[in-house]
Amino acid sequence: MTEATGGFLERERFCALFDLLRERGYHLVGPRIRDGAIVYGEVSGPEDLPHGVRDLQGAASYRLAPGESGRHFAWANGPQALKPLLFFPRETLWESRREPDGSLSFSSPDSPSKPLAIIGVRACDLSALDLQDRHFGKGPFPDPFYAARRRDLFLIAVDCSHPAETCFCASTGDGPEARSGFDLALGEIDEGFLVRAGSEKGRDLLRDLPLSPSDPHMEEALNHQTDQARNSQRRALPSRNLRGLLAARPDHPHWNDLATRCLSCGNCTSVCPTCFCFSEHEDTSLDGRTSRHVRQWDSCFTPGHSYIHPAPLRGETRFRYRQWLTHKLDYWHDQYGRSGCVGCGRCVSWCPVGIDFTADLPLLLEEPHGG
Amino acid sequence: MIKPTPSRQQSLPPPRKPRIAVLKLASCDGCQLAFLGLGNRLLELAAMVEFVHFAEMGPLGSLTDLDITFIEGSLSTQEDLETVRSVRKESRYLVTIGACATSGGIQALRNLTSGDPLASVYPSPDFIDFLAHSTPVSSEVPVDLELWGCPVTGDQVLGALRTILLGAPPPVEHDKVCLECKRRGISCVTVTKGVPCLGPVTLTGCGALCPSFGRGCYGCFGPSENPETASLARTFSGLGLTPDEVARRFLFINSNAGPFREEGERWQEG
Repeated sequence: MTEATGGFLERERFCALFDLLRERGYHLVGPRIRDGAIVYGEVSGPEDLPHGVRDLQGAASYRLAPGESGRHFAWANGPQALKPLLFFPRETLWESRREPDGSLSFSSPDSPSKPLAIIGVRACDLSALDLQDRHFGKGPFPDPFYAARRRDLFLIAVDCSHPAETCFCASTGDGPEARSGFDLALGEIDEGFLVRAGSEKGRDLLRDLPLSPSDPHMEEALNHQTDQARNSQRRALPSRNLRGLLAARPDHPHWNDLATRCLSCGNCTSVCPTCFCFSEHEDTSLDGRTSRHVRQWDSCFTPGHSYIHPAPLRGETRFRYRQWLTHKLDYWHDQYGRSGCVGCGRCVSWCPVGIDFTADLPLLLEEPHGG
Repeated sequence: MIKPTPSRQQSLPPPRKPRIAVLKLASCDGCQLAFLGLGNRLLELAAMVEFVHFAEMGPLGSLTDLDITFIEGSLSTQEDLETVRSVRKESRYLVTIGACATSGGIQALRNLTSGDPLASVYPSPDFIDFLAHSTPVSSEVPVDLELWGCPVTGDQVLGALRTILLGAPPPVEHDKVCLECKRRGISCVTVTKGVPCLGPVTLTGCGALCPSFGRGCYGCFGPSENPETASLARTFSGLGLTPDEVARRFLFINSNAGPFREEGERWQEG
């Protein structure tokens, strides 16, 4: 590795990265501990990041515990990926106003003032971002709100060193190391960070970082750590492409079994970094002169999602669960050329009843017993 | 959704300000505060409508020829029954505000007891002409719009007024509290702390208030659409609650609301 494309950043000089980004006009966002979870929030320096902490995750369980001392990223992930930072949970798309002469006028809110730099992005979430880009940012009608935030984003990835028990990115091919879609990537080892650039913006920033040349032992330690992170994962998705396989089993009896557990609460779709469904409504002023057109996160588990007069097409939980999984793993391939699952395991951890679809999927793919 | 009878489909007569009543039956007055807590919007509202009768605010005019009547409180006495029958006849729209008027409220817990709970509360219960059960307004007269909540919010009552007065789409909530929690970026209290929370079966509208303070949802806004209470109750049991504790989660603020009552009674029986 040469200094032009990467190098070693001592842990004591980690704050230089924050300072440089701030100097270049970025608003800094990174992982923070809040309410017993690691969530993205505003950060000013390394001291705001989780330190010596790890996450213990299982089906319907997420706990923080003391981890490797000195490490900043010895944990897997929190409840949210990048989704809420780009596809806002709720936002006003336009405001309409009845003018005194009776005409209607429309206005859109201003675009964000400051570009974001996000520190600590994992490989699974970069893959999810790529899928959200394909949905919101590309095609003939890109979403202007999403696109404006996305355009100016600076992404600092971190190779995942401590996957959670719920993680299965190795089986989906999305992790644990960051491969593309970042501006800078950090490989955390005990002494500090091996830094590499993934874009022109990243290379430009790299030149100003106080890096020293990395030595082969460091590279070896990082590779070993990444291999361990990959091999430690116990959950997996089937390696074959599931296109057509779930859609061919709409009446499989195991859907009914899932429906006896599923709460139809929408936690899985809300924490899923690739789910993109939303609803829109009007928020009218009391005098009726102005109205805000609001978009908010929706879910295939709500009645509104499949509502066509006079009733929701998917009224029961089993139809809603079937819709979520069949779309995510099966006909997502037709839409975006791959499955909609990046192996982050959030839907397993954050399901209040602990549904783990990596355990249910093999049963759905089996031929039903007794026809 | 409001389904007005044909006679109510005509727009309100323009020369007169809409006549509004806010009534109270068996309740704590908390839902009336949804109006009084509106701040500047209350002044705006007061310029648009005439509050004919609103005890918490002051006016105590006669309950006749009303455009919209908001009712807080459950039907608990014979007098309550007579009041709602009479006010229904005098009102073009009848709107219930809060858990009491909409499902029977926390006082409907007495529906589940045998014996005489009032005798243990009042020194001389003979002076109270109480009914055997505490019931929602809709058990006696047709209701045009029901606003759930304990208490309802200012946005809910304004939403109802905008819908009736302006024909704006009603801000009907279908979503569960979980969705609002996630939209607000609140970490799930069940997953991070093992706290039993009714959020997955409860209608949102409160903005996920309790989880935002690290507490489980109490179900103030009543059962959501498609409430999977059985699975949630099993989860509560898995978190270490005894069957009686599971029952008490469901039999609380909206104990008389169908899905909550049925799930609670199942666990009460054991």
